[in-house]
Amino acid sequence: MTIDPTSRPVNVDPDGPSRDPDGGRGVATAAGQARVVAGAPHEPGPRLTGAGRALKERAIGALLSLAGAVSILTTVGIVVVLVWESVGFFRHVPVRDFLTGTVWTPLFQPQHFGVLPLLVGSVLIAVIASLIAVPLGLGAAIYLSEYSPRRVRAVLKPILEILAGIPTVVYGYFALTFVTPVLRHVIPGLGIFNALSAGIVVGIMILPLIASLSEDAMAAVPRELRQGAYALGSTRFEVATRVVTPAALSGIVASFILAVSRAIGETMAVVLAAGMTPQLTFDPRESVQTMTAYIVQVSLGDTPFGSIEYQSIFAVGLLLFMVTLVMNIFGRGFLNRYREVYA
Amino acid sequence: MSDASERLLSTPPDLVRRRRWGRAFELVCLGTTVVGVVFLAIMLVDILIDGAGWLTGTFFTESPSRIPSRAGIKPALAGTLWLMGLVALIAFPLGVAAAVYLEEYAARNWIQSVIQTNIANLAGVPSIVYGILGLAVFVRWMFALTGGRSVLSGALTISLLVLPVIIIAGQEAIRAVPGSIREASYGLGATRWQTVRHHVLPNALPGIMTGTILALSRAIGETAPLIMMGALTFIAFVPEGPRDAFTVLPIQIFNWASRPQDEFRNLAAAAIIVLLVLLLSMNAVAIWMRNKYRKEW
Repeated sequence: MTIDPTSRPVNVDPDGPSRDPDGGRGVATAAGQARVVAGAPHEPGPRLTGAGRALKERAIGALLSLAGAVSILTTVGIVVVLVWESVGFFRHVPVRDFLTGTVWTPLFQPQHFGVLPLLVGSVLIAVIASLIAVPLGLGAAIYLSEYSPRRVRAVLKPILEILAGIPTVVYGYFALTFVTPVLRHVIPGLGIFNALSAGIVVGIMILPLIASLSEDAMAAVPRELRQGAYALGSTRFEVATRVVTPAALSGIVASFILAVSRAIGETMAVVLAAGMTPQLTFDPRESVQTMTAYIVQVSLGDTPFGSIEYQSIFAVGLLLFMVTLVMNIFGRGFLNRYREVYA
Repeated sequence: MSDASERLLSTPPDLVRRRRWGRAFELVCLGTTVVGVVFLAIMLVDILIDGAGWLTGTFFTESPSRIPSRAGIKPALAGTLWLMGLVALIAFPLGVAAAVYLEEYAARNWIQSVIQTNIANLAGVPSIVYGILGLAVFVRWMFALTGGRSVLSGALTISLLVLPVIIIAGQEAIRAVPGSIREASYGLGATRWQTVRHHVLPNALPGIMTGTILALSRAIGETAPLIMMGALTFIAFVPEGPRDAFTVLPIQIFNWASRPQDEFRNLAAAAIIVLLVLLLSMNAVAIWMRNKYRKEW
């Protein structure tokens, strides 16, 4: 916007109606007079002089910028809190032991603070979820963007959006009371708490994210590319898989990364279905504990403020925050790339 | 007809095969799309079967109890409504103000782009990290103001969590108001704030409201951050002020679902039905609003 209304010159056009902010007291044209007399009740708010109005404008601008600053303060707050309490934790546990240790037993003696079991637990859940969500989400995106008739799309898309809006605790309940019992029929010896069941529901949970972001990327592929391929004799299938999908690839990759980041940060479904057993395993039949589930476990107990157990949730939280932040930054980098090319 | 034109008009032999592949692929893609729908259907039916029988009058008027048949969700439902109200009061004005600032006031410089990137990043931070922030800042540092593990602390935390959603929705709604409206307003001598207050905001309001309702429906489904704030403790009363202790529906659901007895799990299902009805009706209002007030400029 090039107009700056706060510093408007008064009476740019002396023959025209007054544009003086104080409402026609200055230049007495016929129109101005008439407006003051007849139109006065319609003027909003109290009259301010030019200086007073500029001041009010500035005050409002400053107030609004404070609201914008809240988001910065939130980030600063998160970083400060996580780092501050983690420093206390890392005074007792060397960073190296924390990152490379393979035993996590902070809540009983002897205490060990090797975070790898939690990290691997989170990764295992994310891998299972991706195995479910990546093919399903990509297939759904291709169908919605390239094949579906408009009416079918108008039904399917909102349903997928509902899937994304269901609280995660509901997925946890469903995993525990439905998915796990069904899986236990199929896989003998499967425990009540297992990574597989949690991973499956987390996969369904992140599916809409992949579907909608990938579909956006496909919709952004210019029509000319499709038409060119059709003109060369391609079938719909060939256009979808050899033209549209490669052209939308950076957006599709972005959707994968952002979805995996969501899976790693997912909490309640994992707490309910995967259990609370921190162990270093890639076996999906086992019970595992994720970083998020550990944080919940500690806050469920009566851990006193300032104790090393209490501080450990901040160290785990810091690791979780950094892992998801890096993934989000990469994911959004890919998103911006396709937006730059086609938008 | 010459050979050449006959070749052009008849279907090439491999095209039949290629089309067949294409048809198969289309069915596979349709299948993958339907998986999500089927999953949703099974989940809803399963929950209805488990919980519908427990939706009695006492379920809404009683507090949680060790005896399943006497247990109810009154404190949790009240806590959820308290939380929703407070989050609306805190996050709506803040979010709209930030959106107005970013779209109408901020110069297009590095500060604006830092804030914008920051908001996008905040939207991707796991909700439990907000719980850690809330625990340290609102429960402990600001104890004197919030009363510790109170519904106010919870609302402040959840407000920060949904703020990016409201800001982004608000920005989109404000951006959809055409520049010609602003220019007309400026042309008639309005100041920037008058333009925003009387022209941009009224026109953007339906979009902002839709985004806010969706953000609120996310707020009442959040569990993990509130568990961090200690909202899991046994609560048998309705909060009477913002500094009172509280619990919410998703936490009550978690509490019941994590018990091994079937009765408690059915109670969890019944509470899920209540939560989902609340959520779906909020979503319906949002969609209705979006369609009713949609403007074609």
